[in-house]
Amino acid sequence: MPEYVRVKTIMPPGHVRTPAYLRGKTGVIERALGPFSNPEQLAYALPAEKQPLYRVRFTMAELWGTAAEHPTDTLDAEIYGHWLEKI
Amino acid sequence: MTDTDGRRWHDMGGQDAGPVCADDHDFALWEKRVDALMVLCGAKGFFTVDGLRRALEDMGEDAFETMSYYERWIAAINQNLIEAGAYTLTELGERMEQIAERGPTYAAAQKAPDA
Repeated sequence: MPEYVRVKTIMPPGHVRTPAYLRGKTGVIERALGPFSNPEQLAYALPAEKQPLYRVRFTMAELWGTAAEHPTDTLDAEIYGHWLEKI
Repeated sequence: MTDTDGRRWHDMGGQDAGPVCADDHDFALWEKRVDALMVLCGAKGFFTVDGLRRALEDMGEDAFETMSYYERWIAAINQNLIEAGAYTLTELGERMEQIAERGPTYAAAQKAPDA
Protein backbone atom coordinates (compact mmCIF):
# COMPACT_ATOMS: atom_id res chain seq x y z
CA MET A 1 0.00 0.00 0.00
CA PRO A 2 1.58 3.30 -1.01
CA GLU A 3 1.93 5.68 1.89
CA TYR A 4 1.11 9.21 0.82
CA VAL A 5 2.57 12.20 2.61
CA ARG A 6 2.39 15.95 2.26
CA VAL A 7 5.38 18.20 2.97
CA LYS A 8 4.62 20.90 5.52
CA THR A 9 4.19 24.42 4.16
CA ILE A 10 5.96 26.15 7.06
CA MET A 11 8.70 28.64 6.17
CA PRO A 12 10.86 29.08 9.30
CA PRO A 13 13.72 31.55 8.70
CA GLY A 14 16.59 29.26 9.69
CA HIS A 15 18.62 26.27 8.55
CA VAL A 16 16.36 23.51 7.26
CA ARG A 17 16.88 20.64 4.80
CA THR A 18 13.52 20.77 3.08
CA PRO A 19 13.67 22.68 -0.21
CA ALA A 20 11.02 25.34 -0.67
CA TYR A 21 9.82 23.91 -3.98
CA LEU A 22 8.63 20.76 -2.21
CA ARG A 23 6.63 22.44 0.52
CA GLY A 24 2.96 21.69 0.34
CA LYS A 25 3.54 18.96 -2.25
CA THR A 26 2.24 15.42 -1.99
CA GLY A 27 4.41 12.38 -2.62
CA VAL A 28 4.71 8.74 -1.72
CA ILE A 29 7.20 7.17 0.68
CA GLU A 30 9.71 5.31 -1.49
CA ARG A 31 11.61 3.94 1.51
CA ALA A 32 12.56 4.70 5.09
CA LEU A 33 16.26 5.44 5.44
CA GLY A 34 16.57 5.20 9.21
CA PRO A 35 17.07 7.65 12.07
CA PHE A 36 19.49 10.56 11.73
CA SER A 37 20.34 13.46 14.03
CA ASN A 38 18.14 16.46 13.26
CA PRO A 39 20.28 18.86 11.16
CA GLU A 40 18.11 21.78 12.26
CA GLN A 41 19.54 21.32 15.77
CA LEU A 42 23.06 20.30 14.72
CA ALA A 43 23.31 23.50 12.69
CA TYR A 44 23.06 25.54 15.89
CA ALA A 45 25.29 23.23 17.97
CA LEU A 46 22.29 22.05 19.97
CA PRO A 47 21.76 18.50 21.26
CA ALA A 48 20.10 16.81 18.29
CA GLU A 49 17.30 14.28 18.54
CA LYS A 50 17.07 11.47 16.03
CA GLN A 51 14.51 11.95 13.30
CA PRO A 52 13.41 9.34 10.76
CA LEU A 53 14.57 10.20 7.27
CA TYR A 54 12.45 9.17 4.29
CA ARG A 55 12.99 9.06 0.57
CA VAL A 56 9.82 10.60 -0.86
CA ARG A 57 8.85 10.31 -4.53
CA PHE A 58 7.01 13.15 -6.28
CA THR A 59 5.72 13.35 -9.82
CA MET A 60 6.85 16.24 -12.00
CA ALA A 61 3.17 17.03 -12.56
CA GLU A 62 2.75 17.48 -8.78
CA LEU A 63 5.81 19.74 -8.53
CA TRP A 64 5.48 21.87 -11.65
CA GLY A 65 1.87 21.48 -12.78
CA THR A 66 1.28 22.14 -16.45
CA ALA A 67 4.84 23.44 -16.83
CA ALA A 68 6.19 19.92 -16.33
CA GLU A 69 7.99 18.75 -19.46
CA HIS A 70 7.52 15.08 -18.60
CA PRO A 71 4.60 14.98 -16.12
CA THR A 72 4.97 11.30 -15.21
CA ASP A 73 8.71 11.49 -14.50
CA THR A 74 9.47 11.38 -10.80
CA LEU A 75 11.81 13.13 -8.40
CA ASP A 76 13.08 11.56 -5.15
CA ALA A 77 13.97 13.75 -2.20
CA GLU A 78 15.15 12.82 1.26
CA ILE A 79 12.93 14.51 3.84
CA TYR A 80 12.93 14.24 7.63
CA GLY A 81 9.83 12.83 9.25
CA HIS A 82 8.99 15.98 11.19
CA TRP A 83 8.39 17.74 7.86
CA LEU A 84 5.84 15.19 6.63
CA GLU A 85 2.10 14.87 7.27
CA LYS A 86 0.34 11.61 6.52
CA ILE A 87 -2.65 11.94 4.23
CA MET B 1 3.92 30.60 -6.52
CA THR B 2 2.23 31.45 -3.27
CA ASP B 3 3.31 28.15 -1.71
CA THR B 4 6.96 29.14 -1.86
CA ASP B 5 6.66 32.65 -0.42
CA GLY B 6 9.23 33.17 2.27
CA ARG B 7 11.92 31.02 0.70
CA ARG B 8 15.43 32.00 1.68
CA TRP B 9 17.91 33.29 -0.89
CA HIS B 10 20.03 30.11 -1.02
CA ASP B 11 17.04 27.83 -1.57
CA MET B 12 17.29 27.99 -5.36
CA GLY B 13 15.79 24.67 -6.42
CA GLY B 14 13.28 25.00 -9.22
CA GLN B 15 14.16 28.56 -10.11
CA ASP B 16 15.36 29.71 -13.51
CA ALA B 17 19.13 29.42 -13.80
CA GLY B 18 21.84 30.07 -16.36
CA PRO B 19 24.11 27.50 -17.97
CA VAL B 20 26.27 25.31 -15.74
CA CYS B 21 30.01 25.98 -15.95
CA ALA B 22 31.66 22.64 -16.66
CA ASP B 23 35.25 23.92 -16.44
CA ASP B 24 37.66 22.12 -14.15
CA HIS B 25 38.67 24.07 -11.09
CA ASP B 26 42.21 24.34 -9.80
CA PHE B 27 42.56 25.16 -6.14
CA ALA B 28 45.10 27.39 -4.44
CA LEU B 29 47.04 26.05 -1.47
CA TRP B 30 45.08 28.21 0.97
CA GLU B 31 41.82 26.84 -0.42
CA LYS B 32 42.97 23.26 0.15
CA ARG B 33 43.91 24.25 3.68
CA VAL B 34 40.44 25.67 4.31
CA ASP B 35 38.95 22.39 3.15
CA ALA B 36 41.31 20.45 5.44
CA LEU B 37 40.45 22.78 8.32
CA MET B 38 36.77 21.93 7.94
CA VAL B 39 37.61 18.22 8.19
CA LEU B 40 39.63 18.88 11.35
CA CYS B 41 36.84 20.95 12.91
CA GLY B 42 34.42 18.06 12.48
CA ALA B 43 36.92 15.46 13.72
CA LYS B 44 37.66 17.51 16.83
CA GLY B 45 33.98 18.00 17.54
CA PHE B 46 33.85 21.78 17.24
CA PHE B 47 30.94 21.75 14.79
CA THR B 48 29.44 19.82 11.89
CA VAL B 49 28.75 20.50 8.23
CA ASP B 50 25.28 21.55 9.37
CA GLY B 51 26.83 24.48 11.24
CA LEU B 52 28.92 25.35 8.21
CA ARG B 53 25.85 25.44 6.00
CA ARG B 54 23.87 27.45 8.53
CA ALA B 55 26.58 30.12 8.67
CA LEU B 56 26.95 30.18 4.86
CA GLU B 57 23.21 30.68 4.47
CA ASP B 58 23.12 33.41 7.11
CA MET B 59 25.89 35.34 5.28
CA GLY B 60 23.28 36.28 2.72
CA GLU B 61 23.10 36.70 -1.02
CA ASP B 62 25.61 39.57 -1.18
CA ALA B 63 28.35 37.28 0.15
CA PHE B 64 27.43 34.72 -2.50
CA GLU B 65 27.98 37.35 -5.20
CA THR B 66 31.11 39.04 -3.81
CA MET B 67 33.13 36.28 -2.12
CA SER B 68 34.66 33.14 -3.60
CA TYR B 69 33.64 29.67 -2.49
CA TYR B 70 36.45 29.16 0.02
CA GLU B 71 36.34 32.77 1.19
CA ARG B 72 32.77 32.03 2.28
CA TRP B 73 33.89 28.75 3.83
CA ILE B 74 36.63 30.30 5.99
CA ALA B 75 34.22 32.99 7.16
CA ALA B 76 31.64 30.35 8.09
CA ILE B 77 34.28 28.15 9.78
CA ASN B 78 35.47 31.13 11.81
CA GLN B 79 31.90 31.96 12.83
CA ASN B 80 31.39 28.41 14.10
CA LEU B 81 34.77 28.25 15.88
CA ILE B 82 34.01 31.49 17.71
CA GLU B 83 30.61 30.12 18.74
CA ALA B 84 32.23 26.83 19.84
CA GLY B 85 34.74 28.68 22.00
CA ALA B 86 37.79 27.36 20.12
CA TYR B 87 39.40 30.81 20.50
CA THR B 88 38.34 34.28 21.50
CA LEU B 89 37.98 37.25 19.19
CA THR B 90 40.90 38.91 20.97
CA GLU B 91 43.11 35.87 20.36
CA LEU B 92 42.06 35.81 16.71
CA GLY B 93 42.69 39.53 16.22
CA GLU B 94 46.12 39.40 17.83
CA ARG B 95 47.13 36.35 15.81
CA MET B 96 45.98 37.97 12.57
CA GLU B 97 48.07 41.03 13.40
CA GLN B 98 51.17 38.92 14.14
CA ILE B 99 50.87 37.09 10.84
CA ALA B 100 50.21 40.26 8.86
CA GLU B 101 53.52 41.63 10.17
CA ARG B 102 55.37 38.83 8.36
CA GLY B 103 54.67 40.42 4.99
CA PRO B 104 51.99 41.15 2.44
CA THR B 105 52.05 37.86 0.52
CA TYR B 106 50.80 34.39 1.35
CA ALA B 107 54.34 33.05 0.93
CA ALA B 108 55.64 35.54 3.51
CA ALA B 109 52.86 34.61 5.89
CA GLN B 110 54.03 30.97 5.85
CA LYS B 111 57.32 31.86 7.49
CA ALA B 112 57.35 32.06 11.27
CA PRO B 113 59.49 34.99 12.48
CA ASP B 114 62.34 32.76 13.64
CA ALA B 115 62.24 30.36 10.70
